[in-house]
Amino acid sequence: MNMMTEAAVEKALDQKMTAAPYKMIGKDVSVYYGEKRALFDVNLNIRENTVTALIGPSGCGKSTFLRTLNRMNDTIDHCRVTGKITLDTDDIYDPQIDVVELRARVGMVFQKPNPFPKTIWENVAYGPKIHGLARSKADLDVIVEQSLQKAGLFNEVKDRLHEAGTGLSGGQQQRLCIARAIAVSPEVILMDEPCSALDPIATAKVEELIHELRANFTIVIVTHSMQQAARVSQRTAMFHLGHLVEENDTDKMFTNPDDQRTQDYIMGRFG
Amino acid sequence: MSDVTSSAFQARGAARPRRDIGIRKRYAAERRFRAYGVTAILVGVFFLAVLLWTVISNGYTAFQQTVITLPITFAESVIDPKNERAQNPAKLMAANYPLLVRDALIKELGIDPNDRTKVKLATDMVSASSRTQLRDIVVANPSVIGTTMSVALLAEGNIDSANKGQIDLTADEANRKVKNQQLAWMDQLRQKGDLTKEFNTGLFTYGASSRPEAAGIGVAALGSFYMMLIVLVLALPIGVAASIYLEEFAPKNKFTDLIEVNINNLAAVPSIVYGLLGLAIFINFAGLPRSASLVGGLVLTLMTLPTIIIATRAALKAVPPSIRSAALGLGASKMQTIFHHVLPLAMPGILTGTIIGLAHALGETAPLLLIGMVAFVVDYPGSPLEPSTALPVQIYMWANEAERAFVERTSGAIMVLLAFLIVMNLGAILLRRRFERRW
Amino acid sequence: MSASFLFLLVLLIGFGAYLMARARAIAASQGRSASLHSLPGYHGAYVAIWTILPATLVLIVWSLVGPQMIDREARLSLPTEVLQQGAAPVELAMGQVRAVARGLPLLTDTERAALEAGTLDVRATLATKGVALAGDTQPYMIKSAQKLNALSGTSTIAMTAVVLALSVAGALWSLRSISQRFRARNRVERVILAALVVASSIAILTTVGIVGSMLSEALRFFQSVSPTSFFFGTVWDPRFAAAGSTGSSGQFGLLPLLAGTLYIAFVAMLFAVPVGLFAAIYMSEYASRPVRSIAKPLLEILAGIPTIVYGFFALVTVGPFLRDISAELNGLVTGNYTNFIQAQSVLTAGIVMGIMLIPFVSSLSDDIITQVPRSLRDGSLGLGATRSETIKRVVLPAALPGIVGALLLTASRAVGETMIVVLAAGVAARMQLNPFEPMTTVTVKIVNQLTGDLEFTSPQTLVAFALGITLFTITLCLNIYALYIVRKYREQYE
Repeated sequence: MNMMTEAAVEKALDQKMTAAPYKMIGKDVSVYYGEKRALFDVNLNIRENTVTALIGPSGCGKSTFLRTLNRMNDTIDHCRVTGKITLDTDDIYDPQIDVVELRARVGMVFQKPNPFPKTIWENVAYGPKIHGLARSKADLDVIVEQSLQKAGLFNEVKDRLHEAGTGLSGGQQQRLCIARAIAVSPEVILMDEPCSALDPIATAKVEELIHELRANFTIVIVTHSMQQAARVSQRTAMFHLGHLVEENDTDKMFTNPDDQRTQDYIMGRFG
Repeated sequence: MSDVTSSAFQARGAARPRRDIGIRKRYAAERRFRAYGVTAILVGVFFLAVLLWTVISNGYTAFQQTVITLPITFAESVIDPKNERAQNPAKLMAANYPLLVRDALIKELGIDPNDRTKVKLATDMVSASSRTQLRDIVVANPSVIGTTMSVALLAEGNIDSANKGQIDLTADEANRKVKNQQLAWMDQLRQKGDLTKEFNTGLFTYGASSRPEAAGIGVAALGSFYMMLIVLVLALPIGVAASIYLEEFAPKNKFTDLIEVNINNLAAVPSIVYGLLGLAIFINFAGLPRSASLVGGLVLTLMTLPTIIIATRAALKAVPPSIRSAALGLGASKMQTIFHHVLPLAMPGILTGTIIGLAHALGETAPLLLIGMVAFVVDYPGSPLEPSTALPVQIYMWANEAERAFVERTSGAIMVLLAFLIVMNLGAILLRRRFERRW
Repeated sequence: MSASFLFLLVLLIGFGAYLMARARAIAASQGRSASLHSLPGYHGAYVAIWTILPATLVLIVWSLVGPQMIDREARLSLPTEVLQQGAAPVELAMGQVRAVARGLPLLTDTERAALEAGTLDVRATLATKGVALAGDTQPYMIKSAQKLNALSGTSTIAMTAVVLALSVAGALWSLRSISQRFRARNRVERVILAALVVASSIAILTTVGIVGSMLSEALRFFQSVSPTSFFFGTVWDPRFAAAGSTGSSGQFGLLPLLAGTLYIAFVAMLFAVPVGLFAAIYMSEYASRPVRSIAKPLLEILAGIPTIVYGFFALVTVGPFLRDISAELNGLVTGNYTNFIQAQSVLTAGIVMGIMLIPFVSSLSDDIITQVPRSLRDGSLGLGATRSETIKRVVLPAALPGIVGALLLTASRAVGETMIVVLAAGVAARMQLNPFEPMTTVTVKIVNQLTGDLEFTSPQTLVAFALGITLFTITLCLNIYALYIVRKYREQYE
């Protein structure tokens, strides 16, 4: 019974989210890898404090789009982005905008957990340290603890903060990476298939975490699992062959999509 | 849950203040760091340029040699005054040929034959090697005796240097190897067209000599050639055989692990240690002759083997297992599979490794010093058992000579050595480009 | 019959046997080639192996052992009074005997008769035939020489007979076994496999040879010079003894050489490590593809240049440059234009060796750095770190073990380098700290002690092997440890 009320609250919340203001706006975004075009004029807006899921068959451009949002594509040779993406009011591809500053505002969590070969504490403290967010070691300690708390990892690792982060289990490593991203206090967190390398139990924990994080952060998640998209997101965008097929409320998307291709994909006709 | 809800609503409303994350300072650090990298590469390239410039600027003149062309009268009164050459041909070997040169110079330059100092100065201008040059002419064809023919004689090393403008003529005459009188004569000869710069074929054909103008790398190059041949003939088959065993047959156990570590270590053992090994084993124990290119070749073979084995194993490893499965599936034996299919596919990689190993061996000096190849070898070695020297060792010996003309020749020899190395390495690169396969 | 001619003959028999065996195998197949277990060529190879291999092995062993046994026999034939005089006179006499033995076959019949009569001046006669003797001969030497020649003659005939018999017997025996079902291929392959094993054992044998030969010679050295005075001696003054005297009047202290070696290697590393490491970082992390494709081969050229060329470069350019610039500097500061850097000095050798090491450091570190997984870089960049922050705080710490391994390998190369120090460091064995003065190294002294006329009994020569084994041990430790670290590092990211 209690479940019912919670679900009701959720629903109410989700509806509000639908109306939430745009945090990021992508307009006519195209991406080229050398000669090959990977994205075709994508127009997609990301709402604030919402989990937006990007779905679609592999190679559809969903990860590519995700990586344009904090300009991670810059690290790939021969990669070119056209169109316009704004974060709040800033055009992030404006030469005036600084990548480092951008990435401090738009954090990223990767497909494979990639903790640095350092201690857990150092992993989390890394971002605040390079950005000078803490004045003292005590400040850092606070940030590390809070971030690990938020990532739901603190109780599991509080006795071994100074042991190697690579010694954790896969799921713990991924939550450590999320804690590492949170520690910078970004506005947006991008997640590139964060659960694809994890077992179901660890996946459930991370999903739960995403759910909680959405209160404080805007989250964009790429996933190949439609169940996951349905579970964690409020908005869903469907990509196919580099085109954005449909963007809609998650509920609607999974019950009554506007586009036939979405319908086919969700029904498992291709993918 | 309701807590989360309310805080979420709050967070949404509040605009975040911009944070100062020290961008400017961090970018300055970034630029500095980048600049260090660029500097490092520039330092490396700078030294490469200076090194090559040193060698080339000192050495390009070595490919020319000043030649003095004189009308030599093969006077019977000098060569064979008693006319006994029919009975005793050895007479022609021992005749006083320098006298012919002296007479020719006196006539050509118009010197008073009784002015001892001037005559000495004049004869000093021609290389002492003219003696053998004239002797060879006469011995080959005794009928020239009594006739006059013009012979191109090598100029002495210092005259050669002066003619190439390498001697500081502003220095006090007393401190100069070339005197004013000689310079005047040089002008005189030059105007007559008798003092010319010719392409220095001697650099490529002569052997060791204490006189720079008569010193060449021909003999040393032959020694190096013998050694390269020995290395190729021994190291390639042995290296390939060893690699095939280690890569395809050897069980993975402690012993093969030991061989693996051992080979990697041998590749990094100082080359001079191989020289000690050669001295102790090949010369002292097996009794092979010192200074022989055979010993040098064996030492360099042992030195090159690890390189070839490492390259060959990498090449074998790069052949995909599917090729092996295909051949084995057709009923070929393991040996047939390897020799018919795997080895041919790995061949470009193996040859590239071999060429690079050979190039390395060609430039190696230290071990050869220990097995006595620092020898003054004038004649071409007829076999790998005869005393010989090697190109880099010849360079080492010349580098120890002080004369300007030897510096020039050392650099010239280095240019030749580097040319060989460049050709070999280019060959290796082309081979790799041409045949490299991506699986 | 000389051994090489005999070998050719055996090869020829082997080729004949190959053809016969093939023909016989084809005959055995009765026209259905599939009925043979192995192809005819394998039957041929099998028989050829039996024909050539045992005979050749006997030939090799005989050629190696035979002359030594004959020599021993000839030595025993020397008069007892000579044999009692001790090792050196016997060696001298044997040298004479061997020379005479070489000369005897060259004598004419009349000269031989004179020899029998004892009237021939052997030394003068042989000298005209191109055989130089060290001294006048004694009658017993002639006898021994004749015995030597007689024995070698018998030995050669016996060897020829045995080798040829073995070869033919091998051919006949193996030809008998040819039949349809005979597994010639398997047997040939077994021989090939054995050959492969032998080839790969050469690597082990080389190490055994290095350690064994140097250890045994070094032990001979330690019989005349105590190990403590070698390893802990601070004075190097070997005093070349006059030929023949074995007195060890010199002092053989290793420490000054070791100090010079390590000092020069240290200066070289001081120069090469920052340059090489930053070059590697720039090339793997910053350089665009075109820049990389030009800069990398350029640096690799430095690695391909023989060290003798670097030595020449030090001698002709770097040394004089440092000397002159130090004189200028001194003049500008003190007004006294004398140089304070010698042309041959620790600094000269160190800088030039450093240049040589740049490509080693850069290519080894480049390999190591590129092995750091991309995901770590992405993780750091994704948090908003700059590239240099990512390199300094994530990539380099992750690559550190590998880089340490690479640097140890480079250090091993620096310690063992010879030609640069021979030409640029000087020969003065001194213990001092001024980098502007010449110092010498272990490798320089090995070269010094072993060039020129050698006598393998004096400590002056044998010390080179003691130095060699020291050098080998140092580099071995560095190499093994470095290879171990690098291997562990690779496994971590594979």
